[in-house]
Amino acid sequence: MSEFILETRGLTKRYGGVHALEDANFNLRHGEHVAVVGDNGAGKSTFVRQITAVEQRSAGDVIFDGAPVHFAGPLQARESGIETVFQTLALADDLDVPSNLFLGRELFKLKLGPFSILDRKAMREKTMEALKTTAVKIPNVDNPIRNMSGGQRQCVSIARTAAFASKLVIMDEPTAALGVQETAQVENIIRGLKERGVPLILVSHNLRQVFDLVDRIVVFRRGRIVASLRRDETDGNDIVSYITGVKGGVEV
Amino acid sequence: MAEPTHGLGGLKYDPSKKARPQELNVFIAFVIIVAAFEILGRLIIGESFLFNSREGTTGLFNTQRLSIIILQVATVGIIAIGVTQVIITGGIDLSSGSIVGATAMVAMSFAQTALVNGNPNPKAIFGDWAMDLPILVPILVGLACGLLAGLINGALIAYTKIPPFIATLGMMVSARGFARWWSTGNPISFPTESYNAIGSGMRPVFVFVALAVLFHLIMTYTKYGKHSYAIGSNEQATRMSGINVDRHKVLVYVIAGMLASIAAIVVSSKGQTAQANMGVMYELDAIAMAVIGGISLQGGRGSIIGTVIGALIFGVIISGFTFLRLDAYYQEMVKGAIIVGAVVLDQWRQKSRGARV
Repeated sequence: MSEFILETRGLTKRYGGVHALEDANFNLRHGEHVAVVGDNGAGKSTFVRQITAVEQRSAGDVIFDGAPVHFAGPLQARESGIETVFQTLALADDLDVPSNLFLGRELFKLKLGPFSILDRKAMREKTMEALKTTAVKIPNVDNPIRNMSGGQRQCVSIARTAAFASKLVIMDEPTAALGVQETAQVENIIRGLKERGVPLILVSHNLRQVFDLVDRIVVFRRGRIVASLRRDETDGNDIVSYITGVKGGVEV
Repeated sequence: MAEPTHGLGGLKYDPSKKARPQELNVFIAFVIIVAAFEILGRLIIGESFLFNSREGTTGLFNTQRLSIIILQVATVGIIAIGVTQVIITGGIDLSSGSIVGATAMVAMSFAQTALVNGNPNPKAIFGDWAMDLPILVPILVGLACGLLAGLINGALIAYTKIPPFIATLGMMVSARGFARWWSTGNPISFPTESYNAIGSGMRPVFVFVALAVLFHLIMTYTKYGKHSYAIGSNEQATRMSGINVDRHKVLVYVIAGMLASIAAIVVSSKGQTAQANMGVMYELDAIAMAVIGGISLQGGRGSIIGTVIGALIFGVIISGFTFLRLDAYYQEMVKGAIIVGAVVLDQWRQKSRGARV
């Protein structure tokens, strides 16, 4: 087994003449939690989109789970074990919480092709288990998602990712739109992933959160990775210097 | 409440506070409309709509009128069951009425009897080989027509990505043309006894109820139902969840097409004849039943039970107008107003729902 669950070599993305991502060399160890930080337009989301195959890269290699990969789309990435929480929620508003959690991977009582009979009780129980670890407050999981707050919805979305996480979880600004309490809930889910040894790439603007949660911080600036620092060997001021370009140019 | 176990994260949940299901609202509307006709009937023409008021007959209710209402909605109701599933996935099917016409023509051609009053069948479409075939033959041929039409609808919508409105509009025109071409516009008549039996008496109602129960269970308890709601609710998210949305859509339109062909078999059997313009406007009546029954045209919401109650409301309104001796022209105008009104109500409901969040 390779030392890394994910490696990128010379990953590059250009939109016409704009170099959104240039020669990104990145690696992630098994069970490691890494934050990706940087100013707006530094290339963080572009970087994530190349790994999850939401976009196709211009150049470079992605090595996932020991083998070079070239996913055709996000679905294939997901089937290979990369679970992503996108900035835009991917939930079916008219379905209840268990149905959303198990969408596309339902449990069945009886297999009858498309008319397979759902095991609603088992899915509901597993949902309650998955959500209990997140401390999210939902009055009734049998209600449609539509009637829930942004925080509750985000927690369902993340719980869904966490519950099925197989090899790698990527979260792009998971708490950007959330209140203090809801942010705390999401952070609890992330700690749960760490305990279970599921590796994570967390894109975040929130340095407090980053220092609370991850092992290592990777700084993007102007489409390049300018620093990769262990959490206990750096501090907020140091990171900010890299983000703003006061320090920089350290090739990782 | 001793056991507040329902909520998560320490929140108590009181089941009695749960919002009324949509179907209950539709049912209340149904009761109000029936009551309105009852009152109007007594005021305007001095007759009861619901109850038995004729002399020399027994029984509490006017069973004759009620059974006519149910019988009238049963055929289109069968179509509405399929249309409901299509609308739940966020689509629309305008072709069901024409599929009824085309299927009736084809199925009836295989259901003819050789001798009519000792003479050869004057309306014979095929030769002797197609006469007095077992009942299963016209049924299977009819179902195959619906399957094929649905398959074309579904494949066009899923794989060429044209809007369902356009794809099924094309099928609506083409299937009607096919129905006219089949026997160059002539009606097809004189079916076998066993074919006649399918739609005799109250049997269409039993077919309707059995299919409604079957598809209610399917929509509620199976993967097919869950994915239908998911697609109508958020197609992109459903696709991202690894569900084969395209294949699912094909299946939904195939089922809708086959339900339309079942309606065709029932209606042609009931009338003992098939005509090329059978089922004209059925698609709109079926959509109206679904919309009245609380099926959201935006997809994702509604149920078969809602459509069944919607069908009853539809039947009561049409029959109620006849009962009040209003001109048939008014019925059509009011029908249109009901459809628009139901959609306006749905929009309004969604807005108020959005505001509550």
